[in-house]
Amino acid sequence: MAISVKVMRRPEPGRTSYMRATLKGLSLTFKHLLKVDKVTLQYPEDQPELHPRWRGTHRMEVHADGRPKCVACGLCPTVCPANCIRLVGGEDDQGNRYPIVYEIDEFRCIFCGMCQEVCPVEAIHVGRHFENAEYTRDRFVYDLDRLMEQDHPTTLLWDPSDSRSE
Amino acid sequence: MHEMDQLSTAWFWIVGAIKVLGVFTVVMLAVAYMTLAERRVSAFIQDRLGPNRVGPFGLLQPIADGIKNIIKEETMPGTSAKLYFVLGPALAIMPAVVTFAVIPFAAPLPTPIGRVDMIVADVPIGILYILALSSLAVYGIVLAGWASNNKYAFLGGLRASAQMISYEVALGLSVIAVLLLAGNVTLTEMVAQQQQMKLWFVLPLSLAFIFFVISALAETNRLPFDMPEAESELVTGYHTEYSAMKFSMFFIAEYSHVLTASALMATLFFGGWDIPFWTGDDMFWHEGRLVRGFDDAGAAIPATPSLLITLLTLVSFSAKTAFFVFLYIWIRWTLPRFRYDQVMHLGWKVLLPAALGYIVLIAGAMLVLDQLGVPFGRLYGLVLTGISGATTIAFLFFVDRDRVIGGAHGNRAVARRRAASRVGGSERRAVSG
Repeated sequence: MAISVKVMRRPEPGRTSYMRATLKGLSLTFKHLLKVDKVTLQYPEDQPELHPRWRGTHRMEVHADGRPKCVACGLCPTVCPANCIRLVGGEDDQGNRYPIVYEIDEFRCIFCGMCQEVCPVEAIHVGRHFENAEYTRDRFVYDLDRLMEQDHPTTLLWDPSDSRSE
Repeated sequence: MHEMDQLSTAWFWIVGAIKVLGVFTVVMLAVAYMTLAERRVSAFIQDRLGPNRVGPFGLLQPIADGIKNIIKEETMPGTSAKLYFVLGPALAIMPAVVTFAVIPFAAPLPTPIGRVDMIVADVPIGILYILALSSLAVYGIVLAGWASNNKYAFLGGLRASAQMISYEVALGLSVIAVLLLAGNVTLTEMVAQQQQMKLWFVLPLSLAFIFFVISALAETNRLPFDMPEAESELVTGYHTEYSAMKFSMFFIAEYSHVLTASALMATLFFGGWDIPFWTGDDMFWHEGRLVRGFDDAGAAIPATPSLLITLLTLVSFSAKTAFFVFLYIWIRWTLPRFRYDQVMHLGWKVLLPAALGYIVLIAGAMLVLDQLGVPFGRLYGLVLTGISGATTIAFLFFVDRDRVIGGAHGNRAVARRRAASRVGGSERRAVSG
């Protein structure tokens, strides 16, 4: 759609009736007063519908046997612009790499979703979730167990070939 | 039975004390619920829901707010004038609360001890008492603004004083028309006169009513005229530095003023507690007796007060007052704020001369009617209604469309018109198109 400028056509000031304008305003507000359909969302009872590309707090995908899918490749801490991911990788007897420490500081996180985008094994995800309240600040550093426990839906990342997510 | 009409002195004091307590409580409760009404109505007008969590439909919200305000920390700015800072809210709330005392809110109630007037104090000076005390309210605001030692609060206080003084004049002058027609200053008498005329004063004095509504809006600092608070210009004006219960007291004062002004509109122009189209509730004191009116021979017809009539008239009065409270809120959430000079212009250059002229007109019309020997009654009122109606239409026509008051574009329009007349007609069309 082409960009257009809306031109307001207003009558000459001297020809505008203030009385009529006032009465019109009063009738307009009264109509809204009687309107049944309100915009307020009664939050705890009614939940908002989050957009499929909503980027909230993270979750870590797990294998069927309960191990994290993360292979400790180190791409997410590298790409993270806020530098909020701490990863210490390890290797087991079969030579599989796994994270020993995987922490995300959700206070530092800017929820850009680049960690999810860069992850080669689709382990770390940002989620469609927003209720994160805690009583203390240190609870906002999510460790590996916490990330694996999260069960909210994950974000659908932007697909350039389907730019509107349809 | 007529010996029982008036209360004995001892009972008068006891009943008086009960009425003071009762009315004070009801007014405070009404004020509390007006804050809720304001928030709910404003929310509904803006397609929101407003506070609906505390209690059913949010009905306990005012109580929660009250508790919060009492518990909150009282701040005292270090540079403020301490004594006056504390005195400000007290001075603001006092006149706001006491003005309700002279407003009759129902028909007299028959009791075994006599007939109890449903008014706290039926003082003979009636409306003068209200005018005197409501103008005291400005002292609290000015004092608060000055004592805060804050430029915004100070400006708010200054604006409040200028505005309230300006509009007091128009308010008083619009009331004079009512006094002329009622021939009395007590509010009970005004209600009685409206009952006897069988016509509420809003019709014979329509222009005075319009002046009164406008001036009352300005007097109570409500939104098209909330210059002293003007959030976008002065933070919150005179109560910027106030917190907790002291702030709450300004709030209570404002809403009490709104309530009193609404009750006054109902009493002065809408028959007070009178129930329309029914003469059964008409009653007033005449030579120590409660009478309904006079028959053709001039003999008094005794009134028949009853509990039912008292309750019905109370409902009638409450409904009228509630309507005007709603009108206040409705107007607040519809109209934008005036510019300061427009407020002054409207007060001094429009309302003052117009109200003066209207008094002359009404007095003249009444003089002519009296000379012609028209009895005080419906015909008398209808003639005045015709005169006032024509004047109102003429006034509104005269004031409207930039003829007297212009908006921010006022000067621009004049300049444009001048430029157009210099260049010629074709240019003018181009501008307006």
